[in-house]
Amino acid sequence: MTYDEILTKYEPVIGLETHVELGTRTKMFCGCKTDFGAEPNTQVCPVCLALPGALPVANRAGIEATIRIGLALNCDIAEWCRMARKNYFYPDMPKNFQTSQYDEPLCTDGYVDVTVNGTEYRIGIERVHLEEDTGKTLHVGGATGRIHGATESLVDYNRAGIPLVEIVTKPVPGLGALAPEIAKAYVAELRDIVRSLGVSDVRMEQGSMRCDVNTSLNLPGEEWGTRTETKNVNSLRSVERAVRSEIIRQAAILDDGGKIFQETRHFQETTGDTRPGRSKETATDYRYFPEPDLVPIAPDPAWVASLRESLPEKPSVKRARLREDWGISEVDMQSVTNAGAVELIEETIAAGASPAGARKWWMGELARRANELDVDLAEVGATPAQVAALQKLVDAGKLNDKLARQVLEGVVAGEGDPADVMAARGLEVVNDTGALTKAVDDAIAANPEIAAKIRDGKVAAAGALVGAVMKTTRGQADAKAVRELLLERLGVS
Amino acid sequence: MAAISREEVAHLARLSRLAVTEQELDRFAGQLDVILQSVARVGEVAAEDIPPTSHSVPLTNVYRDDVPTPSLTQDEALSGAPDAFEGRFRVPRILDEED
Amino acid sequence: MSDLTRLSAASLSKMISSRELSAVEVTTAHLDRIAAVEDRVHAFLHVDAEGALDAARRVDAGEITGPLAGVPIAVKDVVTTKGVPTTAASKILEGWKPPYDATIVERLKQAGMPILGKTNMDEFAMGSSTEYSAYGATNNPWDLGRIPGGSGGGSAAAIAAYEAPLAIGTDTGGSIRQPGAVTGTVGAKPTYGGTSRYGLIAFSSSLDTPGPCGRTVEDTALLHAVMAGHDPRDSTSINQPVPDVVAAARLGKNGDLSGVKLGVVKEFAGDGSEPGVLNSFKESLEALVKLGAEIVEVSCPHFEYALPAYYLIAPSEASSNLARFDGVRYGLRTGDDGSRSLEEVMSLTREAGFGPEVKRRIILGTYALSSGYYDAYYGQAQKVRTLITRDFQSAFEQVDVLVSPTTPFVAFPFGSRTSDPYQMYLADLFTIPTNLYGGPAISVPCGLSEGLPVGFQIMAPTMADDRMYRVAAALESAVGSFTPPEL
Repeated sequence: MTYDEILTKYEPVIGLETHVELGTRTKMFCGCKTDFGAEPNTQVCPVCLALPGALPVANRAGIEATIRIGLALNCDIAEWCRMARKNYFYPDMPKNFQTSQYDEPLCTDGYVDVTVNGTEYRIGIERVHLEEDTGKTLHVGGATGRIHGATESLVDYNRAGIPLVEIVTKPVPGLGALAPEIAKAYVAELRDIVRSLGVSDVRMEQGSMRCDVNTSLNLPGEEWGTRTETKNVNSLRSVERAVRSEIIRQAAILDDGGKIFQETRHFQETTGDTRPGRSKETATDYRYFPEPDLVPIAPDPAWVASLRESLPEKPSVKRARLREDWGISEVDMQSVTNAGAVELIEETIAAGASPAGARKWWMGELARRANELDVDLAEVGATPAQVAALQKLVDAGKLNDKLARQVLEGVVAGEGDPADVMAARGLEVVNDTGALTKAVDDAIAANPEIAAKIRDGKVAAAGALVGAVMKTTRGQADAKAVRELLLERLGVS
Repeated sequence: MAAISREEVAHLARLSRLAVTEQELDRFAGQLDVILQSVARVGEVAAEDIPPTSHSVPLTNVYRDDVPTPSLTQDEALSGAPDAFEGRFRVPRILDEED
Repeated sequence: MSDLTRLSAASLSKMISSRELSAVEVTTAHLDRIAAVEDRVHAFLHVDAEGALDAARRVDAGEITGPLAGVPIAVKDVVTTKGVPTTAASKILEGWKPPYDATIVERLKQAGMPILGKTNMDEFAMGSSTEYSAYGATNNPWDLGRIPGGSGGGSAAAIAAYEAPLAIGTDTGGSIRQPGAVTGTVGAKPTYGGTSRYGLIAFSSSLDTPGPCGRTVEDTALLHAVMAGHDPRDSTSINQPVPDVVAAARLGKNGDLSGVKLGVVKEFAGDGSEPGVLNSFKESLEALVKLGAEIVEVSCPHFEYALPAYYLIAPSEASSNLARFDGVRYGLRTGDDGSRSLEEVMSLTREAGFGPEVKRRIILGTYALSSGYYDAYYGQAQKVRTLITRDFQSAFEQVDVLVSPTTPFVAFPFGSRTSDPYQMYLADLFTIPTNLYGGPAISVPCGLSEGLPVGFQIMAPTMADDRMYRVAAALESAVGSFTPPEL
């Protein structure tokens, strides 16, 4: 069955659980820094190493960020709630319980609206709760860092205790064939909302935003099917691929008269399909209970109201405003949004580029490159400041379009800012009049017949001489300027 | 009837990561049965409408500011480790979750 | 034997600050006493002579002054001391040297109190006799064949044997008060949240309370004042001024309790106790009446459910608190022969590192929190906790403090209650309700039964710790103190 055939027969129901690592300066329950890339086990203390006797104290900024996310997702904020302990043993979790929330989440019952192909879909938010991240484990002795076949593991607790916010959607039925795209659009919208709040850098590639996708299929009119949970979905593109591949996989099983088992599956970036996790004999019993070392959270309504009032412009509203400012069509804005380029273009404009210039680079050369590299646009390797600098060099006549592409290639390759790449690669429009005049004169001298034709008024023949000059200047001259100079030297302008 | 079976005790020991011996299982099952029958008396209290108490002091909203405090050095962090390598805690192989 | 070890902390403090005695002299006298009697008492798991003498020298050099500067102290081994072994009397932490001090230890150091060493206890504070210490029991100085109480038997025995004038204990279900009662010493459990738990190796987080142990009520109050007060590193720490317990103890010494209403807990004044214990309790009540106190019988109907509720709540929290002992970051690791998985090594480590009582409680707590049992056990116990708190609140509308025997029986012979864990649990029958409520309580010696000390418990409303010190000091002035036979 093709994908479209499947969707004429089955109805998918999806759900998403998204973890966002907050960008607080310190961890959730201790004062250790959260800097990325520090030496192993240098951002740890008695609390986050779970030394005997140590106690947690909640970071106000973590609570505030969670509430702001909840408000931005139209949630109700709990008047009183508690943290809970989720008990299970794993070596990257120092206490062997995760401080999390169970039946008393900080935020509940919200929604996010997303637009796909001009239609708006409302994704219900079940809950938004606060918890802590685990450490990082390196598996040694097996193939390429995988747990399978490893002979030992090495643990770094620098990440342990960094605040995580988990955002859980309600099950979303009725999306049909668009389910994968809507799932992706939801995650993109969520990412934009969280980013607009400034509470996280929400970089999927760096793991500061991670997704689990639940998928099930049912026949029309029947009860929802058994769902699987796909973990390890670490890019926007993967969200879409994971839902699609899981729909296809489940449909094949159902069509064979098979059964779907409730299980955890892992998304494979390389193949784009999902693989089963270890099946557990019995469901894990996390033995949640209220965390006695932390006191209840009872947000002052006045504080919540002030947080609500100070929420930034909604990304959807902002997009409408930007579309106006940039003077582009709804369809173009949609593709900018889907490419994850809104903020990038906005920041590029803020850094001095024209709207058209900024959009041209991000939606053209860089989008193509991101696609080749199979990464999100934000991860392509160029920053808005670099793109703006590039556009300024073009505007100033120092780069022509062809050279600018080469410079951008260098920027993406990590060779530095545009000016660095220009210097290192020796790329610049030749506008030294002396050198250019010599090149033009040389070209005239070398092609007397063509020069004569031009003098006789056959200006169209100038192209050949311009080409010759461009060749001797290795493309670094501005073709328009060469043409003007040529005609001037031949006395026809 | 026993409040708790030997099998249940064995399951709980596994959940708690305790490699208890057969003799311990026999002994604990008997002792826990006595204890459980006794503590089960909490069920005699009519408490449907009574809110549970998880904290004995009525404090709420105790927070710290998002300001870094000194961490341990790597040497201090690893000082008590049974095994460490290149700044990390070393542990035996972890059972594979994917197979 | 030096006479210095017989002096109260209050006297030592005066003599050190007036330079009549040096802190080094006082510390040395106690270290000598420890050396002389430890083979019979075994109150300490680790003696830090160097550290104690260093601290004493700084006091003598005038670097630190204060109410207890230079007065040595013993610290229960469940409280972290930087660079000094801290084991919670468990094999799983053998040799562990914490890289940080508990807040209360920081305060002792800031007060210039030399820390003599770490005292023995039941493993992870689970027990009432120190028989569950992984390093052997402590012997009661009153009768070396009997238990010193627990879990803080080491702290109580150390002060009863004159090895230290003061000690730190921790009280989750009676671990300060019951050892105090059976060793003829004073032990106070402050209001939960009144003393910091930061650095106290957690047994049951919602119940654990560090507190002072001393030979007199005034000494105990002096230590209470040094230890107590808000700590921003403990979220459950109360940010309010500490009640003036020292002034209250001194006031009580006058022996005047006119206008004070004592509530006798009806449920705890009956035949649950040994006859000798009940006799001493009743005689003490009469003595208190002579001092002007009014006795009111008070009913606390849910107190009888305190013990079962406690043995669900405490093991539940413990099962989670003790999960961190897994042989990854610190402490024991066994069975790592290169072939076993982490899961196997963890299970073997915990099996080898924990003693039987700890294992029983971990299993019990894991059970009580399991889905399907949570509501009937842990959840129901928390509701009972609410009802017990309400019993206290309504009692304190009628009376100033509640009183009872501290423990139903005097020091029992070793081995007499280990075969049936529940018989051991009964030692805490009268002390547990206070922990569930969170209020303060104190045990003060009130008499002897067949030559062994009996304790009198005074319970007060939360943050009214001063009230119990006043009554305790008055009782002490009426009944006197009790000295164990020479070792």
